[in-house]
Amino acid sequence: MEKRVVFKEDHCKSCELCISVCPKKIIRLRTELNRLGYHPAYVSDEDQEKCISCALCARMCPDAVIQVWRP
Amino acid sequence: MIPVYTRPKSLTDVVTHYCPGCPHGIAHRLVAETIDELGIQERTVGVASVGCSVFSYNYFDVDFQQAAHGRAPAVATGIKRVNPECIVFTYQGDGDLASIGMAEIVHAAVRGENITVIFINNAIYGMTGGQMAPTTLVGQKTTTSPFGRDPSTQGYPVKISELLSTIKGAHYVARFSLHNPANIQRAKQGIKKAFQNQIEGKGFSLVELLSTCSTNWGMTPQNALKWLEENMIPEYPLGEFKTGEGE
Ligand SMILES: Cc1ncc(C[n+]2csc(CCOP(=O)(O)OP(=O)(O)O)c2C)c(N)n1
Ligand code: SF4
Ligand code: SF4
Repeated sequence: MEKRVVFKEDHCKSCELCISVCPKKIIRLRTELNRLGYHPAYVSDEDQEKCISCALCARMCPDAVIQVWRP
Repeated sequence: MIPVYTRPKSLTDVVTHYCPGCPHGIAHRLVAETIDELGIQERTVGVASVGCSVFSYNYFDVDFQQAAHGRAPAVATGIKRVNPECIVFTYQGDGDLASIGMAEIVHAAVRGENITVIFINNAIYGMTGGQMAPTTLVGQKTTTSPFGRDPSTQGYPVKISELLSTIKGAHYVARFSLHNPANIQRAKQGIKKAFQNQIEGKGFSLVELLSTCSTNWGMTPQNALKWLEENMIPEYPLGEFKTGEGE
């Protein structure tokens, strides 16, 4: 499956700003920790199809974690 | 798949030391996007200030010089005058630029130095533990104004963009905010203009970016952005204050 929204999870600091701006409400935090000790943000494989590739999450992220593609 | 948003090439691939949700990271990304889009990575020189962004030299993939507290505009002046082909920008906080560095920024504007200044206004000294800054709002609690800033003893917030826009040598002075994606896009346009002006030799350009410090404000990153929108924007109105010399 080709993903629309990809997270560089080991750079994420769980600030949740991406979650606050996503119009489709598909971004969640993992229960596992990344190597920084934060719960990284992600979009599940099932929810990738709901992503509208608006890139609001990527423009909000302070840590340049998110890259967005469209079909 | 067609790329919609990819990581700017002018950012290094490292994790920053900034706190979760710190808009310094957003401002860095916007500057890096601008450097990429203008194709100036090879000839850009940044000047880091003192404050949380002191380590910004680790995060931009361009040449960098670290300046003493407040002196970044003076250092940038030297770099630009000796290497006029370089695109020189400073990246300064409000503690750095608006208190100890007030003389340097005013006189760089007075001289109309052909440099670009990115000025982060988060209404507080972040790095040193949340002391009152010249930009702290009336009534705002900080570690050195525990009962809220009281104008009778601590004066009023300094409005850098309004102040510098009265200076003839300043070419472009504008204030934007980083509290949501729409405003972040506007800030990006302003930053791009401020770099473009330097490329075209138009002279001194400063972009003030309203920001937060959720750690020292004692709020979540989201609540801090909301506080910015509700409290800082009324005191620090957004917009372009000057878009050409001499007016
Ligand atoms: C000459 C000198 N005086 C004082 C300090 C202490 N100091 C370090 S950072 C800072 C203020 C930084 O605040 P700001 O510019 O707002 O940046 P922020 O940390 O909020 O991003 C001060 C006063 C110093 N390093 N050098
Ligand atoms: S691109 Fe838009 S829809 Fe997709 S995850 Fe990011 S904010 Fe949500
Ligand atoms: S905005 Fe960036 S750092 Fe913050 S939770 Fe989302 S992906 Fe992680």
